[in-house]
Amino acid sequence: MMAAVGAVTALLGPNGAGKSSTIEVVAGLRAAAGGSVRLLGCDPADPAVKPRIGVMLQQGGLYPTARPLEWLQYLARLYPRHADPSELLELVGIDPATRTTTRRLSGGEQQRVKLAAALLPEPEFLILDEPTAGLDPLARRNLLEAIGRRRDNGTSILLTTHQLDDVENLADHVVVIAAGRVVAAGTLDELTGAHDAVSFGAPMHLDTAPLALSLGVDYRVEEPMPGRYLVHGAPTPRVMAGVTAWCSDHGVMAEGLIVGRASLEQIVIDAADAQSRAEEIQ
Amino acid sequence: MTVSASPTAPASVSAAHRVSAHARWELRLLLRNGEQILVMFVIPLVLLIALTFARGGDVDGQAPIVMAVSLMATCVTSLAIGTGFERRSGALKFLATTPLSRLDLLLAKAVATALLSAISIAAIALVSVLLGWRPVVNIPGAILAIALGGLAFAAWAVFLAGALRAEAVLALANGIFIVLIVFGGVVIATSAMPGPIGAIIALLPSAALASAMTASLSTGAFPGTQLLLLLGWAAIAAFLARRTFTWD
Repeated sequence: MMAAVGAVTALLGPNGAGKSSTIEVVAGLRAAAGGSVRLLGCDPADPAVKPRIGVMLQQGGLYPTARPLEWLQYLARLYPRHADPSELLELVGIDPATRTTTRRLSGGEQQRVKLAAALLPEPEFLILDEPTAGLDPLARRNLLEAIGRRRDNGTSILLTTHQLDDVENLADHVVVIAAGRVVAAGTLDELTGAHDAVSFGAPMHLDTAPLALSLGVDYRVEEPMPGRYLVHGAPTPRVMAGVTAWCSDHGVMAEGLIVGRASLEQIVIDAADAQSRAEEIQ
Repeated sequence: MTVSASPTAPASVSAAHRVSAHARWELRLLLRNGEQILVMFVIPLVLLIALTFARGGDVDGQAPIVMAVSLMATCVTSLAIGTGFERRSGALKFLATTPLSRLDLLLAKAVATALLSAISIAAIALVSVLLGWRPVVNIPGAILAIALGGLAFAAWAVFLAGALRAEAVLALANGIFIVLIVFGGVVIATSAMPGPIGAIIALLPSAALASAMTASLSTGAFPGTQLLLLLGWAAIAAFLARRTFTWD
């Protein structure tokens, strides 16, 4: 897996797939269980890399009794190069003059203070674990815009999210992981294009051989999970006719028919299915 | 997995600046905390006045004991409880992603705790003098007692904070603090306890600190045995803290 320079790489996957663990390894918070990680050409635990990265953790990372501005002003003293704390708070929509302590801020406001802390060092590499979790639509759009501007300024960004429209709006590269392994990686177009298919629901364990035979060698038919059928290959009217005819032969209806490019959602759901099947085998 | 970007590394902030920035940050948050002020200043000063009057105006005997109480309180509240909640809020985990290293953090906490202890001991000394305290000081003994006592309790505080959940640290640290003050040879001298019990309690860090402070500030003696005991307690706690401390 690679996170490219000056691009947004989104790390997707079902709960428990290892997204936060991956983030923690890249952020230098824990050692990799296997394989190797290089961050800006360094080991993530190397002190020399710390001033060059900004990190937003999924859980916590704020002092409950501190005010936003004083927190950023303290952090600024740790970095050789940093943004102006007041300007940064304004950018994320927090009043720099607020006397409110962190614990009295709303969840969304805390989230924005955390983003400001990650942006403070003007990092070359920005690591964001679920940056849009718990935000209202407007706050989410503002935050995505702020991230997008950083990317346009040449910052490399690795983020995790469950909000797939974040990815469709922002991500240049997508990596899908399940059970700690990369199951799909590429640009958004590559990933959804690779899933060119027609999929539909019908009673489980029907004989798919006649359908495959009628569609020819360019197509492959499978039942990835009981009652869900997939026809891989370019979706054409002839494929639709073939599916309808096959259903008619079995006396069943094709339900939940999805034609064309698979959605990102379907890719993540497939990854989750793969993960739970792998767990059952274990 | 590979993550790459241009190799333009900016210089870094010196360790001394990072430590001083974090020490100031800790002090800022601690001195704003009312509970902290209560435990560090108000309770020891009330104890000083109460003990002095209860014991017929003998401030000479009470001032060193109250200083020991305050030193214990400073370490327990600022380090154990403070660090416990920093862990729970994820603040420590986040700081591990910044240029502040673990060593920076520990040094900064040591500086902040030492400064707080010095302020609190100075305040008690001032009030004691106003109450008529005439100390007979063994300067190296007193300095070593404060330094080693602080070190021992600080190391235990960090051990507790690193090993347990924040709420457990809060309850346990306060509980241990009260038990040590009452039964740990501080307010009640070990010499006033029945023989074998007194001898055992005299080995506790609280008793060692109280009697080291009393010896070096009331009789002008050098409390060698107690200082060795405190050093031993500090070493055990530092060893345990090193093994069990986690940052999240």
